[in-house]
Amino acid sequence: MSLGRKLACVALVLVLGASLAANWLAPAGYARQYRDATNAEPSRTHWLGTDEIGRDRFARVLYGTRISLLLAPAAALVSTLMAAFIGGLAGYLGGAWARTAMAVTDLFLSLPWLFLLITARALMPLNVSPVVSVLVTFLLLGLLGWTTAARVLCRCAASLRASDFVRQARAAGLPAQRLFWVHIIPNLKPVLYAQFWISIPVFILSEANLGILGLGVAEPMPSWGSLLKELEGMVSIGEEPWKFVPLVLLVVVVTSFQLLLSQQEEVAA
Amino acid sequence: MKRNERMSNEMTDRCGKAIVIALLCLGSLLSHAVAQGGGELRFCLRTEPKTFNPLKVEDDAAGAIRYLTGGVLVRVNRQTQNLEPELAQSWKVSKDGRQISFRLRSGISFSDGTPFTAEDVAYTVQQLMDPALHSPTGDAFRSGTGNVETKVVSPTQIWIRFPAQVAELDRLFDQVAILSQHSPKKEMAVLGPFMVADYKPGSTVLLNRNPNYWKTDEHGHKLPYLDSIHLDIQPNRDVEMLRFKRGELDLINSLDSEYFDKLAATSPQVVHDAGASLDSEQLWFNEVAKSPIPSYKKDWFRSVNFRRAISEAINREDLSRVVFHGHAQPAVGPFSPANKSWFNARLKPQIYSPDAALKALQSDGFRLENGTLKDIGGNEVVFSIITNAGNKYRERMAVLIQEDLQKLGIHVNVVTLDFPSLIERMTQSFDYEAIILGLTNVDLDPNGEMNVWLSSSENHQWNPQQKTPETPWEAEIDRLMRAQASSSDAKKRKEAFDRVQEIVVEQEPFIFLINKNSLSAVSTAVHGAAPVILSPQTFWNAERLSVSGK
Repeated sequence: MSLGRKLACVALVLVLGASLAANWLAPAGYARQYRDATNAEPSRTHWLGTDEIGRDRFARVLYGTRISLLLAPAAALVSTLMAAFIGGLAGYLGGAWARTAMAVTDLFLSLPWLFLLITARALMPLNVSPVVSVLVTFLLLGLLGWTTAARVLCRCAASLRASDFVRQARAAGLPAQRLFWVHIIPNLKPVLYAQFWISIPVFILSEANLGILGLGVAEPMPSWGSLLKELEGMVSIGEEPWKFVPLVLLVVVVTSFQLLLSQQEEVAA
Repeated sequence: MKRNERMSNEMTDRCGKAIVIALLCLGSLLSHAVAQGGGELRFCLRTEPKTFNPLKVEDDAAGAIRYLTGGVLVRVNRQTQNLEPELAQSWKVSKDGRQISFRLRSGISFSDGTPFTAEDVAYTVQQLMDPALHSPTGDAFRSGTGNVETKVVSPTQIWIRFPAQVAELDRLFDQVAILSQHSPKKEMAVLGPFMVADYKPGSTVLLNRNPNYWKTDEHGHKLPYLDSIHLDIQPNRDVEMLRFKRGELDLINSLDSEYFDKLAATSPQVVHDAGASLDSEQLWFNEVAKSPIPSYKKDWFRSVNFRRAISEAINREDLSRVVFHGHAQPAVGPFSPANKSWFNARLKPQIYSPDAALKALQSDGFRLENGTLKDIGGNEVVFSIITNAGNKYRERMAVLIQEDLQKLGIHVNVVTLDFPSLIERMTQSFDYEAIILGLTNVDLDPNGEMNVWLSSSENHQWNPQQKTPETPWEAEIDRLMRAQASSSDAKKRKEAFDRVQEIVVEQEPFIFLINKNSLSAVSTAVHGAAPVILSPQTFWNAERLSVSGK
């Protein structure tokens, strides 16, 4: 493992560890409002200052990291499994099945997903708790994020279908279902891993985008998206540099994932 | 010796007089210079003006251009809120409130030199009331069916008769820019201080001084002082702010509190807080009988005790201090105290008291169990507040209210929706529980809010389009609003609307939260600026502004 990847692992472990220990590390709950200390600068009490309504920014960064970092992989898992099933099956069956599945995939790819998410969020029941809203947001991301991966997996499955060992298995009379689960899917694993790792930063950024639009995780729950909203309207980095901490974390985490991903791609190759 | 002394004294006197005369001449010259060369004023319009026809104005940008270019018969002084003569020297409204007669100034010409007469007023009124034009300004005059009669008595005298009484008839003419009947330039021939000289769609509107403008200042100098006004079309407020800081713009007509504080930190001399504006922010509950929300929630929302308790539990001082950085005032009622004529001064501000709110709820059968408030049927008191995504002030107010109500054991879910979805829920499906939105008031008169307070109205937001008033107090508001609208007695109108305000405060169908302050920024290079709360806040006296150092 190269030094870069080791550093990436350490960074991810540290960030994830700190976010999981938020209950102990954070000086207050993420929703607690110190209304007499709004927009405070970093101090002993508030390490990263407070936000516009007096909530401790350090606590919000920790809890927000936990939400974004735990739920993005969950959404990535959903989308990868869907891609494996739809893309893998289409590639394996080939012919009209593959053409139909890929036409549906193309249709999904051509949809303006951001507007679709906005619409989906608007159609949701209003009276859901913040926890449900965050789960639904990431579930929607997962359900809509399978398309690109499905195309890749369809190609891979199609090439596997034409490979010698699959022909031999088929000639030996192996049932199609067993052939798919025992020979096709396991051989798609490296590609699936790669797609999984690619999806995580994509979903983190998607949630951040939705958060900036005010359509992601519901208040008072923090997420990287809602934390990044604070950077709107800032005209210089030197103005309040501590507000950039969520952005730095996002960059570190996404870069770390990319470094690890390059290793996965090498394995897949 | 004495003679020499006398001579010396005379010399000193003469020198003194000469200096005084020289200074007076210099002062006069400087004043003349300001008057004749007031420079160019630059500021931003936030949207493209949809029209240059003053009778068709419905957006802010077109409204600003109409204000700067249009000549009106009477004008509401934005500072004193009183009506003042402009093209009309005097006017009189008949006792039945249907007819108004104007005596006009003579010797006035449009910007293209066409003379101004009473025929132009008659032509403008006929155009304004033409149903085919769909004039939003004209809608305010439509109080009954039938035609509007105009009678030109002489070139300087005219009367206009409406089919039914129009409340505050004379004040409505503040919005009516007079068109020329005979000018080939049509609506581009104006009587205001400026005229449109150039328009680049999506980019700029250039207004030049109207050479035929009739007004002079107290020293006899022709107005306006400015040579031109350069309006950049710029929807992005960050860009507007940056350009103002760089000195490329001379004023920002309306600032939000964050930008205000940022500017105040570096250039306190350029920012102006004119105090509470007419705009309000409010929370209301869904009281629509057919709405698809559980019936027990409808019972809560239709209970005045519940609404009053929620109102009492909201810390408005904190909303003002935390969310608006002190640039807002806790709201007292439906009209802001800034409305000098119509605000009911007898109304008392709502006192923040979560304990009293809890007691009121308990007397209504609610009980607190393990930190959660439950109603008489054992249902947990949980509801959602929706507001439009992207409005950070409303989002923050919702989060503060969420925390305030948590103290009563009430769980609030804050949901931000894109604006079309929110409007659809508010006006079509009625699938919501509570909303935070604002009312932007441009009209001082309560008739401007008839569409909000009448129970049959579409904008009676908590329970719109009622066939007959569903509650006695809504019936009473309907009666009072109609009574004040059909009366020409100012005192009776005030009494009726005072009572409307009292009923609204007692019943709290709208829980009024705050009145935002009118915030603006004016460069120190601009002379004569005196920002006010009424629109247009910074350039209401544009004819007397001048810009130095350009």
